[in-house]
Amino acid sequence: MTRESDPATRVSGIPAAVSRLAFAGINKSFFGVRVLKDVSFTVGSGGIVGLIGENGAGKSTLMNILGGVLHADSGEMFLDGEPYTPDNPKTADAAGVVFVHQELNLFDNLSIADNLFLRTQPRGVVPPFISRSRAVSRARELLDRVGLNRDPRLTVDHLSPGERQQLEIAKALGRDPRLLILDEPTTSLTTRESGRLFEVMRELAAQDVSIIYISHILEDVRDLSDQLVVLRDGSVVVTGPTNQFGIDGMVRHMVGRDLGQMYPDRKAAPTADVVLDVRGVTEPGMIKDVILRVHRGEVVGLFGLMGAGRTELARIVFGLDRHSSGEIHVAGRPVAKITPRKAIRSGLALVTEDRRTEGLFMESTVEDNVAMAALPRLTVGPGVINDRRLARLAQGAWENVGLRAANPRRQAVKSLSGGNQQKAVIAKWILTEPDVLILDEPTRGIDVGAKAEIYRLVDDLAAGGAGILMISSELDELLGTCDRLIVMRQGEVVREFARAQFDATTILSAAFGQDVPSPPTTPRRNGRERSE
Amino acid sequence: MSGLSKESAQRFALGNMSVILLVAVFLLFVLLDPRFLSVQNLLNIGAQASFIGILAVGMTFVLLIAGIDLSVGAVAYLAAVLMSHLLRDVGMSVVGVALAMILIGAVAGFLNGAATSLLRITPFIVTLAAMGVYRGLALGQSQSREANFPTELISVGASRPLGVPMPLWIFVVVLIVANVVLTRTSYGRQLYAVGRDATEATKAGLPVRRITWSAYVVSGALAGLAGFVSVIQMGTIVPAYGVGNEFDAIAAAVLGGASLFGGRGTVLPGALVGTLLVQTIAVGLVFTRVDLYLTPMVSAGVIFLAVVLDTLRTRRLDRLSRQRIRLETAVLVE
Repeated sequence: MTRESDPATRVSGIPAAVSRLAFAGINKSFFGVRVLKDVSFTVGSGGIVGLIGENGAGKSTLMNILGGVLHADSGEMFLDGEPYTPDNPKTADAAGVVFVHQELNLFDNLSIADNLFLRTQPRGVVPPFISRSRAVSRARELLDRVGLNRDPRLTVDHLSPGERQQLEIAKALGRDPRLLILDEPTTSLTTRESGRLFEVMRELAAQDVSIIYISHILEDVRDLSDQLVVLRDGSVVVTGPTNQFGIDGMVRHMVGRDLGQMYPDRKAAPTADVVLDVRGVTEPGMIKDVILRVHRGEVVGLFGLMGAGRTELARIVFGLDRHSSGEIHVAGRPVAKITPRKAIRSGLALVTEDRRTEGLFMESTVEDNVAMAALPRLTVGPGVINDRRLARLAQGAWENVGLRAANPRRQAVKSLSGGNQQKAVIAKWILTEPDVLILDEPTRGIDVGAKAEIYRLVDDLAAGGAGILMISSELDELLGTCDRLIVMRQGEVVREFARAQFDATTILSAAFGQDVPSPPTTPRRNGRERSE
Repeated sequence: MSGLSKESAQRFALGNMSVILLVAVFLLFVLLDPRFLSVQNLLNIGAQASFIGILAVGMTFVLLIAGIDLSVGAVAYLAAVLMSHLLRDVGMSVVGVALAMILIGAVAGFLNGAATSLLRITPFIVTLAAMGVYRGLALGQSQSREANFPTELISVGASRPLGVPMPLWIFVVVLIVANVVLTRTSYGRQLYAVGRDATEATKAGLPVRRITWSAYVVSGALAGLAGFVSVIQMGTIVPAYGVGNEFDAIAAAVLGGASLFGGRGTVLPGALVGTLLVQTIAVGLVFTRVDLYLTPMVSAGVIFLAVVLDTLRTRRLDRLSRQRIRLETAVLVE
């Protein structure tokens, strides 16, 4: 065998001859930004590889290339030693590369059996018709394997989220995978259901199915996988047998970097004046007993994994969603039965996570968008808009945020770049002169330069006496811009860090729910004790 | 526990809205006039229901994929007019006439489907335009005069094999075939998937465009067949024939449980029950001698009510399932 010359053999760990899958030098750029840099690793046949990394480390891009959704700029993949070049998800599927995605792909108006065999219904005696009895019995076999004890004739809308996840896994098994990729499969599973899933995975591995397991729950990755691959900033930083890594080691490899000079020197300093006071706000299933305070001049970061309840909290505070108990005080006054209208009037502003659908009227002009929230302040008499004043104020606002557009008075917002759109959203809220500004992922999908400008704006606003609550999944930017950092996990505030205590590893551990000894200022897992 | 049974009662009521409404409306008319219950009257409702019923079955296919077909009345008229012209020159068996009219309808539906699935134009606009085009074509052909058909066809329409009027037989066959297609073929199940979420269906590897297209072909073909039923029932087709019937068909399908948002609906019992409901109201209004000018208002009101109920039902069902998700996440959080 002359396998030595094969690029795949040069990659770490297992030689390509016995490997199920080999990535060899995969590169991928989006708009000139390299998101994957020379990624190489192998997955042994019948092996379970844990793939971990922070949000944005390149896991999804890599998996999309594997699944034929995206195509690598350079590099090769080998499946059982053969070159593997999936054109689209269908060819990946046909090659036995099967995905279970975090978001489910089920039709809740159809039965379990219909979902399992949507394309390949078992044929009945008369060809065009399907045999329901055979579909049902084959469905039962698959459901048994994942431990889902439900009638296959039941429509999917009767299933709990966990059961749906199990069904999704059953669906994957029905496609005879050679390589199974599970992306955060346990987010909606109970401990027992997860346990059953892990059994299934081990059985599959014993039957020579290879598995790539992606999860933020590091204990699961540790217990389950035999090889570990850590991605950071698009590169494989380390691979090796999982038992060589402790949880701490995993986290360190995931984070390991220094903060750049992206962040402004802080002009603002927190005062003692509480401007936003969230007192034990609870909404069952979303957030639980959240207590937090933001002072004038303070920038508070809200960190957590996806699904930790940060956005839910922001929406509740701004009155977009209901809450069942707790109080919200803005600038010292309680706001009862809060709605967005009341929230704006009492001095709150929310820059939403998704500016395209929730922050802007994409077809309207920059000026109209910027003026939108402040319109009630710009009217004379019974609702007549003072056009000249509006133009002057709006222009002041967009100049203030450094928004660059050819003709902001005429130009539709949708023609702006992502960064400038975000600035338009912020300009809109600056016009309302908010006491509290909540920013939900304000720098997602915008370029580095615009990011830095937004950090500067945040600091300016705080210096002007506003309280800022900034939600982000990028720990770096919170570390760089915040005075204080609050970590949420599973709907609760679990930890709080003052700037002096900022330490990426400790903060990440808190978000992941790890027991890492820490400065004793705040008790873990229970906000109530802190407030009393 | 009581909360659970209340929830399941709600689910039952929302899921069987159409049957409950049919019984209620029927009882109302019986109370207003006991003669409403007579066998003759019931057969009347049945025979007259065939035309709308066949349109409603086709409409159900289109609604399932989250589309709509406003051209069905015009297609039925076009098929009838073209047929009457054909019959002047060519002799044809009764079955031949039926097949030819189905084919004319299918071609019309094929064009609708092409515009919606290939050009990706909103089905509402496509079929609204098609309604005008097809009716215009037909009116041009008929010179706005009545189209007359051979007596041979009328005698078939008047025949009663096993005591049941011919139009009703045709309706029954359509119901059964359509029901088998929807429930017992891959194609049928895929219609539901496409209507629930076309993007997800594409991801699941379904030929979404072809499936969408085919629903309009089915709707068009059945509109042609509905035209045939009218031809053998009446023998004469007036220029105003089919005007506004798309509304009745949509109402019947929606009252029968088809969702305007796609992915939900059945032929049996759905479209059947919906058709009977629409027809019962129409006949009932005549029966109870409601002012002729009020009749369109009342039927429009009923259709509006149907859509309101559909919206409420969808929202309510969504909320019922969403609450469950939240509850279980709450348990998880504990």
